Amino acid sequence: MGKINVKAEGLEKNYGKVQAVRSVSFEVEEGELFGLIGPDGAGKTSIFRMLASLILPDSGTVRVAGFDPVKQYQDVRRRIGYMPGRFSLYQDLSVEENVQFFASVFGTSLSENYELVADIYRQIEPFRDRKAGALSGGMKQKLALCCALIHKPEVLLLDEPTTGVDPVSRKEFWQMLKRLKTKGISVVVSTPYMDEAGLCDRIALIQKGKILRIDAPERISESFPFGLWLLRAREMFALLTSLRKYPHAQSAYSFGEDIHFVFQKGKENPEALKEYLQGLAFKDLEIREGKPTIEDCFMAMDS
Amino acid sequence: MKRLLAFIQKEVWHILRDFRTLVVVFGLPVIQVLIFGFAIRNEVENVPVVFCDKSGDAVTQAVISKVLAGGNFVYAGNISREEAAVEVFRRGEAKAAVVFGSDFGKRYHGGESPQVQFLIDASDPNTATTIRNYLTGILKGFLKQKQEEKGLQNPMLMVPEVRMLYNESLSSAKLFVPGILVVILLVVSAMITSLSLTREKEIGTMEVLLASPLRPWTIILGKLAPYLLISFFNACVILALGFVVFNVPVKGSLGLLFAESLLFVLVALALGVFLSTTSRSQQEALMKSLFALLMPSILLSGFLFPIANMPLPLQALSTLMPARWFIVILRAIMLQGTGIEAFWQETLILAAMAVLLVAASIKKFKIRLEE
Amino acid sequence: MADYVIQAESLSKHFGKFKAVDSISFEVKAGEIFGFLGANGAGKTTAMRMLTGLSYPTSGQAKVAGFDVRKHPEDIRRNIGYMSQKFSLYEDLTVRENIRFFGGIYRMSDAAIERKCRELLRGLQLESEAGQLVGSLPLGWKQKLAFSVAVFHDPKIVFLDEPTGGVDPVTRRLFWDMIYQKASGGLTVFVTTHYMDEAEYCDRVSIMVDGRIEALDSPKALKKKYSSQTMDEVFLKLARQ
Repeated sequence: MGKINVKAEGLEKNYGKVQAVRSVSFEVEEGELFGLIGPDGAGKTSIFRMLASLILPDSGTVRVAGFDPVKQYQDVRRRIGYMPGRFSLYQDLSVEENVQFFASVFGTSLSENYELVADIYRQIEPFRDRKAGALSGGMKQKLALCCALIHKPEVLLLDEPTTGVDPVSRKEFWQMLKRLKTKGISVVVSTPYMDEAGLCDRIALIQKGKILRIDAPERISESFPFGLWLLRAREMFALLTSLRKYPHAQSAYSFGEDIHFVFQKGKENPEALKEYLQGLAFKDLEIREGKPTIEDCFMAMDS
Repeated sequence: MKRLLAFIQKEVWHILRDFRTLVVVFGLPVIQVLIFGFAIRNEVENVPVVFCDKSGDAVTQAVISKVLAGGNFVYAGNISREEAAVEVFRRGEAKAAVVFGSDFGKRYHGGESPQVQFLIDASDPNTATTIRNYLTGILKGFLKQKQEEKGLQNPMLMVPEVRMLYNESLSSAKLFVPGILVVILLVVSAMITSLSLTREKEIGTMEVLLASPLRPWTIILGKLAPYLLISFFNACVILALGFVVFNVPVKGSLGLLFAESLLFVLVALALGVFLSTTSRSQQEALMKSLFALLMPSILLSGFLFPIANMPLPLQALSTLMPARWFIVILRAIMLQGTGIEAFWQETLILAAMAVLLVAASIKKFKIRLEE
Repeated sequence: MADYVIQAESLSKHFGKFKAVDSISFEVKAGEIFGFLGANGAGKTTAMRMLTGLSYPTSGQAKVAGFDVRKHPEDIRRNIGYMSQKFSLYEDLTVRENIRFFGGIYRMSDAAIERKCRELLRGLQLESEAGQLVGSLPLGWKQKLAFSVAVFHDPKIVFLDEPTGGVDPVTRRLFWDMIYQKASGGLTVFVTTHYMDEAEYCDRVSIMVDGRIEALDSPKALKKKYSSQTMDEVFLKLARQ
């Protein structure tokens, strides 16, 4: 097992009556890509800010790169790269100026750690004289990542780096993260897109300030406690409504072009379901067994 | 040190990019000063004046024609007794009365100081001050010229007796012009630093700066340094305008004037930084600069209302106004031409304020996100 | 001939030399769920602003709900509903106050507002929360309420700008159930999203790249055309062209 670079134990954070973070504990190893997966308001940003020494936990302990963000915040700040949820670079400065500024803030320069950021910087280099505010969403995120990496941090904290970014840029961004972990950097990344969970080494599913489960994504999907059935027909909305009315239905949700259907425990009988639906005269009806996704698991745990 | 330089460099980039703010920073004070300039200049043209000539000789006639010659005053009639001036003022027929002593001509020829009294409607104190200055100037000029013609060695002393009607205690009003320059400079300077800091909070870059190893003092000095240069330049422009538009002279040392202005601007900028440490948004910072700086500075720094007449608590409060001390310094250098020995105390106070404000800002600067 | 609710013809918007929207033409049929996809900066928002009468086209024509976007933007705004992730409801007003306010904007009579307000609250099962501040509601409820308010005045078409961004998976799906329900009642839905699975829920989808519509068809036909398994792949193939 590698060195533990991030360790949170029993973290709690309240804002007035709102319990934003409730007894959250997790560990991230060296070179691990760890995902906090959950919707808005799940408490992801508060967790990141506590790790980054920007807010103080109400209770619980944190260690980041071996230091306590509460007492040794200066040591922590030297060793982390942090990308807040909102684009937080200087929009009126050019790409190059932003990189240069953040490099000097950390007492380094682009050339010093060029090897680390090279493949990211090469992508933004053609726009080096463009103002950051005039970049596309994907390019902005690449620039922000570059600035967060410029000082070769031990821990990289990325709060929803792909939110609002188009699918192409999202893919590219994740590929960059994959390459980073090979350099030994621990990456903690959050996302509301469940389909991105599979790209992490381990994930924590979070809802309403609580961690529902921590594990490798494939182990989470394997442990889905039900059989999952995929259905489609020409009239999808009607099919969805009919499935929900089916007496043995546990849940029925749209998933792209399929509906994911789960039977109540012990009532699994696809033949009977098929008969029921054929009786309702659905056209082009298809039923097959499918593999659950992280999103299926999240929904099953959440409800 | 390298970090500080990098920070300053970044600020310079911001400043050069943000054309609109530059226009506001430099344009607004100029416009304000010009507005005041024109407003005041219009009021001292064609001021109706009445005369009470108890002497009625050639000398008083010469003075009267001299008063009316410049275009600043117009003849509005004669009065027989000085008490009648009140009535004339009340009817709005005149704003000033010139009362000559009964033996004005005789005394003048005899080498004695002739007696003259100015009665001025001081319901508008600023105009009244200007009127007095003009009248005094004209009379002194007249006497000087006559003396030179006569070849007199010792200048004749003539102290005109001035009475301000309706608002007799006008001692501070002559500070109006330097006062308005100072307040504009204070507010504009404080505003640019406080806006620039709160903008970083608003756009979220402060969150990244906080998560970096930057120390509060680096951030604060990094904000102060570039704006010090800008505000100092601004101060020079404003003072130059005061000189050109208002004819405020600079009798004392120009170098000293610059040095003191630099000190005052530093206080103003530090004040802006201090305000921003307690503001979350640019809007909040703006409101604070307007209400916490502009109004008290106008009301309490002594350029509109004499400090000596304020109740004690307000007098105490006025000592906290940087503008109060700088107005004293400015007046001393510009109008009286005195040196540092006359206002070293005020200078020390300003220096102490600058040090305290920077120290307090660094101390109050939040090392974490506000919650 | 089908009944078109939106007709755009060579619609363009230029900012200086930059062609934010570069001559797009398409139609949206009544009762259709029309997905409007594209990367950030592809011109979706600009196109949507022109269609809602908020921005004047540089060239080209468009009719929305039967009105010309150039000549009658006010009529358009009266006949459409709009909801975005960023702004929809006033958080410091109660549920009922929000509904009354938006009803009032569209000059509905007090009686109509009252009646429809009751229907709406019953439909959302929010009757007991009517007096609560919107800010205190959970995100999922807010979202549903925002949608109901956007269609409160029975518009012919509703524009949804990334309505489900950041919402949890269950709520996201319940939200789409609402969209389906309204669409089956004849409402036309024009929706942008970054979730590719949601693209599958649309009747037809357009994909914008650099200001132009590069593809427009049903999800099924698009997947076939680009020999892809999912809309995600279609999107990637188009954007990488």
